[in-house]
Amino acid sequence: MIAAKENIKEDAHIIVKDLTMAYGSFVVMQDLNFKINRGDVFIIMGGSGCGKSTMMTILIGLKSPAKGQVFYDDVDFWMTDEETRNRIIRRAGVMYQSGALWSSMTLEENLALPLETYTDLRPGQIHEVVKLKLSLVGLAGFEDFYPSEISGGMQKRAGIARAMALDPEILFFDEPSAGLDPVSARRLDDLIVQLSESLGTTMVVVTHELASIFTIGNNSVFLDASKRTMTAIGDPNKLLAETKDPALRLFLTRGEESSG
Amino acid sequence: MSMTGELLFEQSSKDTLRLILSGRWKLEKDLPAADEVVRKLGDAPEVCNIDLEARGLDAWDSGLLVFLTDLRKFCSEKKIRLKGKNLPSGVLSMLKLAAAVPEKKDARKAEGRVTFLIDLGNQTVDFFRSCGDLLEFVGEATVAFSKLLRGKAQYRRSDLWLILESCSAQAVPIVTLISFLVGMILAFIGGIQLQMFGAQIYVADLVAIAMVRLMAAIMTGIVMAGRTGGAFAAQLGTMQVNQEIDALKTLGISPMEFLVLPRMLALALMMPLLALYANIMGILGGALVGMSMPGINLIQYYNQTVASLNLWHLGIGLFSSAVFGVIVALAGCMRGIQCGRSASAVGEAATSAVVTAIVGIILATAIITIITNMLGV
Repeated sequence: MIAAKENIKEDAHIIVKDLTMAYGSFVVMQDLNFKINRGDVFIIMGGSGCGKSTMMTILIGLKSPAKGQVFYDDVDFWMTDEETRNRIIRRAGVMYQSGALWSSMTLEENLALPLETYTDLRPGQIHEVVKLKLSLVGLAGFEDFYPSEISGGMQKRAGIARAMALDPEILFFDEPSAGLDPVSARRLDDLIVQLSESLGTTMVVVTHELASIFTIGNNSVFLDASKRTMTAIGDPNKLLAETKDPALRLFLTRGEESSG
Repeated sequence: MSMTGELLFEQSSKDTLRLILSGRWKLEKDLPAADEVVRKLGDAPEVCNIDLEARGLDAWDSGLLVFLTDLRKFCSEKKIRLKGKNLPSGVLSMLKLAAAVPEKKDARKAEGRVTFLIDLGNQTVDFFRSCGDLLEFVGEATVAFSKLLRGKAQYRRSDLWLILESCSAQAVPIVTLISFLVGMILAFIGGIQLQMFGAQIYVADLVAIAMVRLMAAIMTGIVMAGRTGGAFAAQLGTMQVNQEIDALKTLGISPMEFLVLPRMLALALMMPLLALYANIMGILGGALVGMSMPGINLIQYYNQTVASLNLWHLGIGLFSSAVFGVIVALAGCMRGIQCGRSASAVGEAATSAVVTAIVGIILATAIITIITNMLGV
């Protein structure tokens, strides 16, 4: 029994406890409690404006929660000092909704910056790493392009490559398939699954694309905007089969079952 | 061509009003509004049923829908029963669609009426808060600068070179033009007064001291505020909009060191050089005007200029320009980093950066002038 308990504790990578998110006095979400396990592809889902992206900004240290805690392993992320927080978040990579590549630098420079900053690699080695990461996302040969010279989908993939530059333990994705055509979106999903399977990276994906949710997610939390809290946790496929909650059902079936 | 939409009233019984819609109900100026019905009902308060009937309705678009939604809202408020007859099925389904999701009352921005006192109070609080922000920003910039001195700051040398280029060589043409003209203007204005006393040779002193000690620094400062300060704000603001600054933060790279520091450094280094160049241009401009006056030749003008200047004048001018460089860079970067997340916010940031920089330059000039005056230099 004790062993099992310890086992669970070891598994959890990020724990969110009694979290409240707010802008000023406007509460977006409250009483959030969930656990992201090591190696999960964890989906944060919910309708537009429910606070999914805000949730991510709290997890990656850009915005402090109004109440509650976020634990990375055993460290209370928001109570610890800034230096520890920086160290923790450096082990995570973030892909922003728009890619957020630094527009004044080429793709190679974008990927090289984290490597130059946090490793002692020689320039030649950095070049090799950059080439490898770009080829992983299918952008080999685009090293010398500026972000404005490539398409939106390519920017997103380059964003993933940059997020992976330091071989992070956790990867965050903000709406990875938003604004992409179905084929590119599908490729991006495949990429996420492959990365998770081969590297064992914990993936946290903020999205409301159903196709992505069911293909890549093996764990999830559903944020209900009308109740201002989370209403379900678990494998999205299981949630679809088992849930009795009308709001979640509506979400997971694109509203089809309710009208029928 | 059919007529524009028409609305006919028929009082079919004491408590029932019949509305007949006919003609072309398309969005146009003279389309009847729901207000007409409201006015009509004001004359007949006992009406509690409205029968709508479309008779000879040729065409319709949003014009009809707006009328009907207004009417429906009014009727539901007044508890009047509204019945439709012969209305096109498209109209009914559009109305149903409009009513499908109820209006979210708390989604409306809470505007409310702001009285003068509340507005004044808010503005005052905002002002103090922005002063606090300014101090915080200057403090962080100082920390970043001290890190630079210890060789620990993270920034890209290549960025620094690019910024150095954009705020030095590329600024030379406009600085040339402005300072040359300012030198000429000073000489013209001073020359007219001095000629009255036959002391026109002192035009050289006037131009030299004014340019070297003050005007060159101020003019380059203002030119750079408009040219480079605004550009810094727009660059950083766009980076904020694109989440590029967030991306730096999550990598643990301080935007202060990475973005602000090279800009501040570049301007603080280049502004004195530009001011030095502006000195020369201004004096040349003054000389051109001076030589056109009777009894002054180039050698005389040159000798008089050299005699009038001393190292203090030059030192104060160059020191001021370095200070202005820091002010312009800080104002630009601060407004850029504080930028909101929309396109219009970037425009506001650029404007506000220029205004902040110019106000800062004038304030700093006043302070430097008072101090040098007290010190007697």
